[in-house]
Amino acid sequence: MFYVIALLTGLLFGMGMALSGMIDPNLVIAFLDITGHWDPTLIFVMGGALMVFIPGYLLLIKQRQQPLLTETWSLNNNKTIDWRLIIGASLFGVGWGLLGVCPGPAITSLFAGNTDVWLFIAAMMAGLMVSKKLAPIAR
Amino acid sequence: MEFTIPWSSLFGGMMMGTAGILLLLFNGKIAGISGILGGLLSPGGKEFLWRLLFIAGMMGGGWLSIHFLDVSFPAQYSLTSSTPLLIVIAGFLVGIGSGVGSGCTSGHGICGIGRLSVRSIIATCVFMAVAGITVFIRLHML
Repeated sequence: MFYVIALLTGLLFGMGMALSGMIDPNLVIAFLDITGHWDPTLIFVMGGALMVFIPGYLLLIKQRQQPLLTETWSLNNNKTIDWRLIIGASLFGVGWGLLGVCPGPAITSLFAGNTDVWLFIAAMMAGLMVSKKLAPIAR
Repeated sequence: MEFTIPWSSLFGGMMMGTAGILLLLFNGKIAGISGILGGLLSPGGKEFLWRLLFIAGMMGGGWLSIHFLDVSFPAQYSLTSSTPLLIVIAGFLVGIGSGVGSGCTSGHGICGIGRLSVRSIIATCVFMAVAGITVFIRLHML
């Protein structure tokens, strides 16, 4: 059941990603381009996700001792704001701003007939690999 | 300025939020794509298979949405002048940045903010601001 849930939630996440329009880098760039023809559509994507996630977290997750199918929550409870977080987010921001593509949309687009996606994902995996060499990611 | 609510974007976002909540409620896992991909780099162990299935599900979801939801994907990543080199640089920075910063748009932006995590709120503000500056330089200064 644990694995069925992983597959089905992945499916739902991918379909949502596709439907939301985030798989189109032009939409992302238009959102980030606040001094140009600003397009706020991305706010609705994130807003829609948080509209479900925040109440879901507060009502269904927070007061539970454990998940339905496992013993423990795999949550990052690190509360320190350190340079790793800021530098990592900044590097991510440059990459995201350059092309308008982040990991979720890239994975969702893998079988959409766009070969640029494969190149992007290969480079992204290389970047992730290097980040692991720099220091193990605490999870 | 005329503006209509982009319903499919709102609904797509809600689907992602629902998927994130279900994965957390049932499996206790965070739907952070960079974290899940990072985990796939060290194969084996009991964390490997669920990650693989989630990623396969996402790819399947993208494929299904083309054939059943009539979603059209861009045929290539060509903004103004996307060369293969630019794609590689962008991909590498997205990978190393989300690895060092422990999350990306989904992990920090949806699940992290969704748990009201201060770290994730800060990370999201930082990467959005930096991405905005990057776009400004690229589109309006170069």
